[in-house]
Amino acid sequence: MIMKSTVKSIFLALLTIFYLNVSFANSEAKNSTSHKEKEEFNVGEMIMHHIKDAHEWHLFGPEHGGTSIYLPIILIDGGLKTFSSSNFYHGEIKTSTDHKTHQEVEYLAGTGAAAGYAMFHEKIYKLENGTLSFEDGHVHGALKPFDVSITKNVVSLFFGAFFIIIIMGSVARFYKKNGAVAPKGLAKFLEPLVVMVRDDVAKANIGEHKYKKYVPYLLTIFFFIFFNNLLGMIPFLPGGANLTGNLTVTMFLAICTLIVTLASANGNYWKHIFATPGVPIALLPIMIPIEIVGIFTKPFALMIRLFANMTAGHIIVLALISIIFINQNVAWGALSVPMALFISVLELLVAFLQAFLFAMLSALFIGAAVEEAHH
Amino acid sequence: MDLILPDFGLLIWTSIVFLLLMFILTKFIWKPILSSVNERETKISDSLALAEKTKAEMILLQSQNENLLKEARAERDKIVKDAHETASKMVEDSKVNAKNEASKIIASAHQAIEVEKAAAFSELKSSIAALSIEIAEKVVRTELSSDDKQKALATKLVADINLN
Repeated sequence: MIMKSTVKSIFLALLTIFYLNVSFANSEAKNSTSHKEKEEFNVGEMIMHHIKDAHEWHLFGPEHGGTSIYLPIILIDGGLKTFSSSNFYHGEIKTSTDHKTHQEVEYLAGTGAAAGYAMFHEKIYKLENGTLSFEDGHVHGALKPFDVSITKNVVSLFFGAFFIIIIMGSVARFYKKNGAVAPKGLAKFLEPLVVMVRDDVAKANIGEHKYKKYVPYLLTIFFFIFFNNLLGMIPFLPGGANLTGNLTVTMFLAICTLIVTLASANGNYWKHIFATPGVPIALLPIMIPIEIVGIFTKPFALMIRLFANMTAGHIIVLALISIIFINQNVAWGALSVPMALFISVLELLVAFLQAFLFAMLSALFIGAAVEEAHH
Repeated sequence: MDLILPDFGLLIWTSIVFLLLMFILTKFIWKPILSSVNERETKISDSLALAEKTKAEMILLQSQNENLLKEARAERDKIVKDAHETASKMVEDSKVNAKNEASKIIASAHQAIEVEKAAAFSELKSSIAALSIEIAEKVVRTELSSDDKQKALATKLVADINLN
């Protein structure tokens, strides 16, 4: 197992180099097309580009003219509008003057079906009088149509769900076929994880009598995060998106935990919030707001923890690989590749750890909500 | 900045995919896996309990066997002891019998000897008496051959009678 993952990490690091090489070429290509003077390699911009969502899945080659999968754009703007994102990426590059900084800002105006819309930093805006106005580097005043596009993260989400169903489905099929026997193959590898979630996460935190109802939720959340974390570690299709490092996704998962917690909360839980036992009545006006805020800070911390951990991992790997491109010397690879490899291996651990922690803390919150009074 | 701003399009897709995934996994995947795992766990614990029970039974059986063996051994010892006793008693009895028989034989032998002796004595006595009478006849014939001698004898006999 260790041998395999090491080989995988080396492979992964090499591919990351390849991948970033492309993006370096991209920024050069962009520069040459816009006929600006040659800029320094902008690490921050490159990293941000990689950890954020996009409307295309870039495979290789320069950003414009390279090979990308153009994902469908779905807008709700007085009716449903769908078209390919190539209408933006292969659209018109327009410039507009910033009202405050008085600098030229580039944005992509859509052509064909996307006419009337523009894309700036992967966000879609409605053009007003055929142009966008900027203030302090941000779009000012333009309307944003409701964007439910199949973005890179959405595709990654589909892949993640697909892999979970395929892999866990084969495990389920093994048991259906063989009955209650000793596990073999994939089932042997994944069963300990399922049993761990059931015993160490659900049973240990929720309690012997009530845990059963929550096991499917905790299993789903664990495997959803675990699989998507691992997919995020793969630097090319079907991985490469930063799905679990996306605040929207972690927010949704945290909200799920919040809803499950509140829906299963019993009288004892609410009593602890509105009339904390052992607290003088005079203190309650202070305690109640604190306890109510506490309901929300717990899932909020879940959201931030997963987002920050996964995003930070991606940033570190990208930044270490960027050393080569900052110094513009391949010899720096002798330093940056081992370091990136080390972080990648660490990230494999973090991928598991964060999935486990999310499920564990969810179970802990649910456990606190269903706990019976024992005074 | 838009790194930490929620994207509602993605939120919608995430909720659809996640809820669908949870439904599918719960219905078709977690249920068979968990039920199989549970079933196997109960099977294992049942088997272990059965093994434990069998072991206890075995121990009980073993102790019973041991008791039986002990009893058998005691029985055997008793039988052997009894046999010894009987044998020694028989030997003793026969010894006593033999002794008795022997003493009886000896006694009867003594008796016979006594009888023989008595017979011998009486025969001897009668022979001696006859001899004595013959001798006395001859002596008397010689003694009474002369008057002097008859006188002397009478005197001597008288003397003897006086002494008595």
